Amino acid sequence: MALRIWASSTANALGVSCASKSHLAPAFSLSRCFSTVLEGLKYASSHEWVKVDGSVATVGITDHAQDHLGEVVFAEVPEPGGSVAQGSSFGAVESVKATSDVNSPISGEIVEVNKKLAESPGLINSSPYEEGWMIKVKPSNASELESLMGPKEYTKFCEEEDAAH
Amino acid sequence: MSIPQARKAGLPLMNLVRFKGVPILKQLHLEEQLLRTSSNNWCIINDGTNIPTIVMGLSGKPSDLLELGSVLQDQVPVIKRFTGGGTVVVDPGTIFVSLICNREDVPDVQPYPHSIMHWSGQLYNEALKGIHGFQLRENDYVFGNRKFGGNAQSITRKRWIHHTSFLWDFETKNMAYLKQPARAPEYRLARSHTDFVCRMKDYMPRSVFIHRTVKAIESHFLVKPVDLDVDTAVHDAEFVHSTRLLMNNELEEAFSIST
Repeated sequence: MALRIWASSTANALGVSCASKSHLAPAFSLSRCFSTVLEGLKYASSHEWVKVDGSVATVGITDHAQDHLGEVVFAEVPEPGGSVAQGSSFGAVESVKATSDVNSPISGEIVEVNKKLAESPGLINSSPYEEGWMIKVKPSNASELESLMGPKEYTKFCEEEDAAH
Repeated sequence: MSIPQARKAGLPLMNLVRFKGVPILKQLHLEEQLLRTSSNNWCIINDGTNIPTIVMGLSGKPSDLLELGSVLQDQVPVIKRFTGGGTVVVDPGTIFVSLICNREDVPDVQPYPHSIMHWSGQLYNEALKGIHGFQLRENDYVFGNRKFGGNAQSITRKRWIHHTSFLWDFETKNMAYLKQPARAPEYRLARSHTDFVCRMKDYMPRSVFIHRTVKAIESHFLVKPVDLDVDTAVHDAEFVHSTRLLMNNELEEAFSIST
């Protein structure tokens, strides 16, 4: 059985949503009050995830982030061909009257962007780790992954962040 | 040192800039620049803008939100701003209050819209103490069921801005430039703009509101008045703004598609 990880987040006054069932190593959710954290991904402290598959890395925002942001009504993504730098903003999402920067967990060249988000920005809420991916990057520095959090570390990070507020 | 002074000494610093009649495009350019390039906290108060102007949020589509025929005929400027949220018509009767904060200086606030608005709602509750019916209702500032201020946010990795356009007064005819938005809070109940909003001047004198807002901010920050020339500040920087004035041909194209 694949290692299952579950994470908790504080109850959200707006109501909560969980990521849809994933074909990736699934997270274990006890109830609708928990955000999902997946195995096989790396996580940034600004709540983005990255999944490396060969020479391409896919980037999006986490279930914790989409849950706290609320309904995403617009997603701004760059054009392919540009570059991203670790920790720098590459786009934004709009929810509840706010634009929120989305930062890249890694540096590299943008090779593809998720065009479905133009018509369906809500994919970021309903499927943050799959259909709601934002960009695909050809990484320029593989060692950057070492500075990111694994699933357990990120789970604890989210719990501590929510508990502090 | 007295106890109040000692307490204030522990508060984070906030620069206070006060304008009157500054064009809203210049104000928004300054705000976007300060959010992205400054490491200080800022409060910008603009006591009215110079001319009636329409301001849409980042994702706003003119054809969905505006009565473009009238907008084009009357040559009303239309701006797309860097924050989210809906569309407002602003003019000399609008009071703008913008708060740009470092996350670390407001540690109880998480960098998400509801957390920021909960904090700002409490701040304005302080400023409007005694006014019956004030609340943050479905993310709007209202007296009862009438909205008197539109707010929006932009959140970066380490900072955020919460800015508000308060309807101290407005011209009813200007509201006719705005369509009923597809996305509206439930409490609006499909009311027209004029039935949905109210004028702050019916509740509080203009200078009193500004004074009490500054006082409320002073309970969270050590406020330092700063003189800033908006033209110099915006012109000098090499910052590229996303906030922009829509060109006439863009509005005409949107109008022709919609008709």
